[in-house]
Amino acid sequence: MPDTLPTQPRISQLHMRGMMKRFPGVLAVNNVDFSVEASNGRGEIHALLGENGAGKSTLMKILYGLYRADGGTIHVDNTPLTLRSPQDAIGRGIGMIHQHFMLVPSLTVAENIALGMKSTRGALLDLDRVRARVAELSERYHLKVDPDVPIWQLAVGEQQRVEIVRALYKGAALLILDEPTAVLTPGEVDDFFRVLRQMRDDGHLLVFISHKLHEVLAISDRITVLRDGQRVDTIPTSTASKLMLAQMMVGRPVVLEYDRKPCAPGDVKLMLDNVNALNDRGAAGLRDVTLFVRAGEIVGVAGVSGNGQHELAQTIAGLRPCTSGRIRANGQNITNKSPRVLHRCGMAYIPEERMIDGVIKDFSVAENFILHDHARPPYARGGLFMRFRGIRTASQQAIRDYEIKTPGTETPIKSLSGGNIQKLILARELGRKPQVLIAAQPTRGVDIGATEYIHQRLLEERSKGTAILLISEDLDEILALSDRVIVMYEGRIIGEMPREDVDIRQLGALMAGAQ
Amino acid sequence: MIEEIFTASVFASTLRLATPYIFAAVGETFSQKSGVLNLGLEGVMLMGAFAAFYAVHATGSVIIGLLAALIVGALMGLATAFVSVTLQAEQGISGIGIYLFGLGMSELLFVRLIGTPVSVEGFSRIYIPVLSDIPVIGEIFFNHNLLVYAAFLLVPAAAFVLNRTTFGLMIRAVGQNPEAADAMGVNVARVRYMTVTIAGTLAGLAGASLSIALLNVFQQNLTSGLGFIAVALVYFGRWTPLGVLLGSLLFSFVNALQLQIGSIGIEIPSEFAVMAPYVITIIALVFASKRAEKPTALTKPFRRGD
Repeated sequence: MPDTLPTQPRISQLHMRGMMKRFPGVLAVNNVDFSVEASNGRGEIHALLGENGAGKSTLMKILYGLYRADGGTIHVDNTPLTLRSPQDAIGRGIGMIHQHFMLVPSLTVAENIALGMKSTRGALLDLDRVRARVAELSERYHLKVDPDVPIWQLAVGEQQRVEIVRALYKGAALLILDEPTAVLTPGEVDDFFRVLRQMRDDGHLLVFISHKLHEVLAISDRITVLRDGQRVDTIPTSTASKLMLAQMMVGRPVVLEYDRKPCAPGDVKLMLDNVNALNDRGAAGLRDVTLFVRAGEIVGVAGVSGNGQHELAQTIAGLRPCTSGRIRANGQNITNKSPRVLHRCGMAYIPEERMIDGVIKDFSVAENFILHDHARPPYARGGLFMRFRGIRTASQQAIRDYEIKTPGTETPIKSLSGGNIQKLILARELGRKPQVLIAAQPTRGVDIGATEYIHQRLLEERSKGTAILLISEDLDEILALSDRVIVMYEGRIIGEMPREDVDIRQLGALMAGAQ
Repeated sequence: MIEEIFTASVFASTLRLATPYIFAAVGETFSQKSGVLNLGLEGVMLMGAFAAFYAVHATGSVIIGLLAALIVGALMGLATAFVSVTLQAEQGISGIGIYLFGLGMSELLFVRLIGTPVSVEGFSRIYIPVLSDIPVIGEIFFNHNLLVYAAFLLVPAAAFVLNRTTFGLMIRAVGQNPEAADAMGVNVARVRYMTVTIAGTLAGLAGASLSIALLNVFQQNLTSGLGFIAVALVYFGRWTPLGVLLGSLLFSFVNALQLQIGSIGIEIPSEFAVMAPYVITIIALVFASKRAEKPTALTKPFRRGD
């Protein structure tokens, strides 16, 4: 490691050519070319855009040495680069900030930065030196971090700063950022973009992986779109538009805005009255939450991840004990009642963790479809014996109605894509004609096509008079569907407004905790 | 009667009896800190105990005995690492396998190579001028064999390695978040191989401390559960060498008391006395492990890209 800060980045161009990566059953990256280039001392921000599963992360994990390519070549400044492990990539000035932060929670910021680095004191740690250089870097890029705090005490935004400082510390000339804005509020995103621009102007090369069109348009110099593992095109950002990028990602025309009929709310169907609940660590997760949802309206709950949304959904769905307060659905008290009772009250739930709370991975499509009503006709006789014909007919019907792409009813659910699994859950939950629907992160990790479909279905439910509580960390989703928006911060509701009155800056400030 | 029980010799034997616990449990701390539960410790200890005993029996040299235990322990550690790191086997189950292997193999070798119970001339007590002659203090602290001192010196050394060195940082990182460590260029498998081998080597040493320092005999199942208590002591000591030391002293104190009470002829059914340490193990664990800073990746094999 050089003693002084690397002022002159060491990469002026990087080329990946004909990259290939196979996983069992899928060609994840198929003959992709990708390049990042600096010019006249100014770096580049190259956005890598695509849906989930398009191959963006895979391609970049190859560049970071986490995956080994099955074909293709990588050249840095015209010399070939062979990558066997992240160590090789780090050694050539390539850094990566992962979607799930690669930090060790029990270690301090300085220890995390020192991890895997050569120490100037041989086998002994040199944390004083790390502290000093971290201070230098934070000053230069306005990234405030305290080197002596353990990671678990930091908020996600702060953890991301640690990741960036660490990458800079390691002398990353090229930095890969995998969906870096997913955990940030709109205000934090602005600050974060300022840092990225400064890094670019200092000569750094940045790869910005995203599926958010407006962010890609705002920050990048060039955009490469991937679809199904192949490169669709690479274009300068100045010539790109939202609609055009969306169509490149999906491969067909898409709708970015929905037709929404005006909302005509009816009676209150779901009512929370001063509800409190604990989080998984046993601390307060929900604090005095009071809200209501009327028939025929969608109430959106916005907030930065980890501010009580998860606890809210689980408490209403009867999966987490409510320590005080009352919940009423359809006029009945459902506080701390079992999910079974809630179903009988006309409630349906689309869970956040669909692979854990939504389906049983190893069960077939049909078995997952009848999870709730498996003991009732037409799926069972006498509450005891399964009726396979009834199960098959009903699940085939659901597959048709909800356009679920599956080889058949007996296919294990885990072999379906996220979007299709979510459609099956939707078919199961909506098939019961609910009066109250809790939808938690209904389109997280789902491709644009299925997202569009799920959104249309939710709007249809709304016009049928269902009361819908939509809990989402995707602000675009909240704004596209909600009639009213509620903001949660640290387990409390700190703001509520009709959709028409939403001001995006104010919303961002509320999400960050400003009253 | 209290004076008859709490004699200087009880405290002296507390320190002596703590030796195998400390060696085995400090080694296990390294292994568990890096995310590998090494449940086969008992079997490795038995192999180490036999190797040391046999070498001393054959050559008469305690140094060769010590080396034999270290080598056999290290080899058993490598085998454990191969099974749990390379083959990624379920660690609880493969640990039972290693225990049973050590139990059976050490007995088989003993029956084939020696056969009859004999004793050997093991490590002798070191006389330290002046210090050993201090009344009470001298008897308690300065009248032991080399391995007792080595065990107590191992504790600060292990704490230093874990907290102050780059290797220690890698161990802690690999046990908490191997994905992050891997992404930072740490070779997760290599770190785990090293810690598991360290645990094996120290377990071998723990065995030697029984067979050529403390008891100077070998018999079938010589360790009688001591290795399992050492695994539990790591939980009890919250994955820190100092905590492990305190736990070791607590258990060896109970052992020493039990011997003393027996020797002065107090009428307690001997089964109770033998059960006591194990009952205390369970009670202590119920209270100790709740809030502990358990390495989150403990027992979880690491495969890149999962």
